[in-house]
Amino acid sequence: MSTALLRVRGLRTVFPTRRGLLAAADGVDFDIAEGEALGVVGESGSGKSVTFLSVLGLVRPPGRIEAGSIVFQGRNLGDLPAQEMRALRGRMLALAMQDALSALNPALTIGTQIAETLRAHAIPVDPSAEAVRLLARVGIPDAARRLGDYPHQFSGGMRQRAMIAIALAARPKLLVADEPTTALDVTIRAQVLDLLDEMRAEQGLAVAMITHDLAVVAERCPRVMVMYAWQVVECGPTAAVIAGPRHPYTRGLLDSLPRLDDPDRRLHPIPGQVPDLARLDAGCRFRNRCDLAIAACAEPIALAPAGEARRSRCLRAAEVSP
Amino acid sequence: MSASFAEAAAVSPAGLAMARLAGNRTAVVALGIVLLFLLLALLAPWVAPQDPSDVDLFRRLQGPVWAADGDWAFPLGCDALGRDILSRLIHGARVSLSVAAMVVGIAAVIGTMAGLAAGYLRGWTDILVSRLVDTLLGFPYLVFAIGLMAMMGPGLHNIVVALVLKEWVFTCRVVRGETLAAREQDYVEAARALGCGPVHIMLREILPNVLSPVLVVATFRMAYVIILEASLSFLGLGVQPPTASWGSMVASGRDFLVDAWWVSTLPGLAILLLVLAINLASQGLRDAFDPRLHQSA
Repeated sequence: MSTALLRVRGLRTVFPTRRGLLAAADGVDFDIAEGEALGVVGESGSGKSVTFLSVLGLVRPPGRIEAGSIVFQGRNLGDLPAQEMRALRGRMLALAMQDALSALNPALTIGTQIAETLRAHAIPVDPSAEAVRLLARVGIPDAARRLGDYPHQFSGGMRQRAMIAIALAARPKLLVADEPTTALDVTIRAQVLDLLDEMRAEQGLAVAMITHDLAVVAERCPRVMVMYAWQVVECGPTAAVIAGPRHPYTRGLLDSLPRLDDPDRRLHPIPGQVPDLARLDAGCRFRNRCDLAIAACAEPIALAPAGEARRSRCLRAAEVSP
Repeated sequence: MSASFAEAAAVSPAGLAMARLAGNRTAVVALGIVLLFLLLALLAPWVAPQDPSDVDLFRRLQGPVWAADGDWAFPLGCDALGRDILSRLIHGARVSLSVAAMVVGIAAVIGTMAGLAAGYLRGWTDILVSRLVDTLLGFPYLVFAIGLMAMMGPGLHNIVVALVLKEWVFTCRVVRGETLAAREQDYVEAARALGCGPVHIMLREILPNVLSPVLVVATFRMAYVIILEASLSFLGLGVQPPTASWGSMVASGRDFLVDAWWVSTLPGLAILLLVLAINLASQGLRDAFDPRLHQSA
């Protein structure tokens, strides 16, 4: 494996609430290499977004990063002064949001919004020519004429692509795509994902794809990281994880999906509920829903190596897949 | 069909609002009256038939043209010093509109900046600004202005200062509220993710989205400020003689209400007409710039 572009170790981001501190990311470890696409899977509220907002330094007070290191290109982002972090954001680390309509400023034209990103980072190009090039690059027809359009005059797919064009304007090294395709129909989804694939190949852009959609991950991301109850429970090469999960939660997730090659297969939802997150103990967070749970599961469990390039937070990782 | 698509594509939100405004007949007429007053005020030295300060006691309390002693040279009659009321009304419009424009303009800038800072930065900035706003709102406007005018002395310049000191509060409250809503929007988060600083976010991302309420508030307040200026001048705290002001004209005719009703009534009517027109026009502006009211239309 090449050296990591982004290396996160022991990240713990907490939010004070009336019921005490909640750690919305708790001991999260992962790496992303240059040009890599990492799929981040987990149900809503499992800590996917908070993890990457922490990486971008966008956790809103009173939330804060309590522990852990975030090393990007050899620099620890936690030690950077706010000014330098701001210069890095957008320039090196970019964010593409789920809802492009609300992520674009309704009062400014698309061209202005692209040009401002370029100006904000003092990138030495002609802003309007570069804006046309970027829009054309993301597949918006007649880009020069559409620079003067407002976001409401774009279709949903065009907005999504325009937003990606804005995020990629300063040629960042890492794009955090927070459910970039959830709101799109299938054909547009393929276009957007193709675009990200091309950017990875051309510019060595690393992509962290946060999604519920296992199909997107299976198709586009060589590596996947599964989160449950604010922890990483399993990570590894996507094909291997899907073929033989090493954590009961991953297996449950896969069992609850319908399969085209076996349409008559019964779907198996995961029994039970996510535990009350304010009253977690030190043990495995999935054990109340797990059919492999044993007494030792109440002890703290580390994300341990489980086969080639794979890690799992399960004592009985080897027994999960038959 | 393709032509209408092309047209729709070329229209900005402000353009759409102007189109909606043009469809509102009351607002268009009201806007026309406001513009007429504006034009009269701008061109006062050229359109006024007489010198507004030309005193001639032989014309004392001369009636309007339709009265028995009327004269076309002085169409709306003369005041107690024989000065032409029409000319004084036209020059008075100058005072009213320039005071209103200056007060509302300066207050809108101050209020917008303070509101943006309070709403976006929160924390102690917000506490400071909001407490100041609450305190100022606690004073009755006219009492506040009279107090300040008494301290600073009468005069056009001081009227503007005294009124701005309170007027910015109204813009500030609106902008702060709008900013509080806007700062939670994804596009602000997206701008932060792109590495934009707080000043850039306030001025380039949020400001364009709060401008239409500022415009609406400013036009509404314009009417209010005209009345306040007239009130201060009526009380003798405003513009000093011989400069004509509608408020002081109403005051000067008080003693002759029975013998020469036109001296007080005509400036009063001018105030009424201008304030009414501004209110109707700003109502039209609000309807045009607040598309939420127009989803069905």
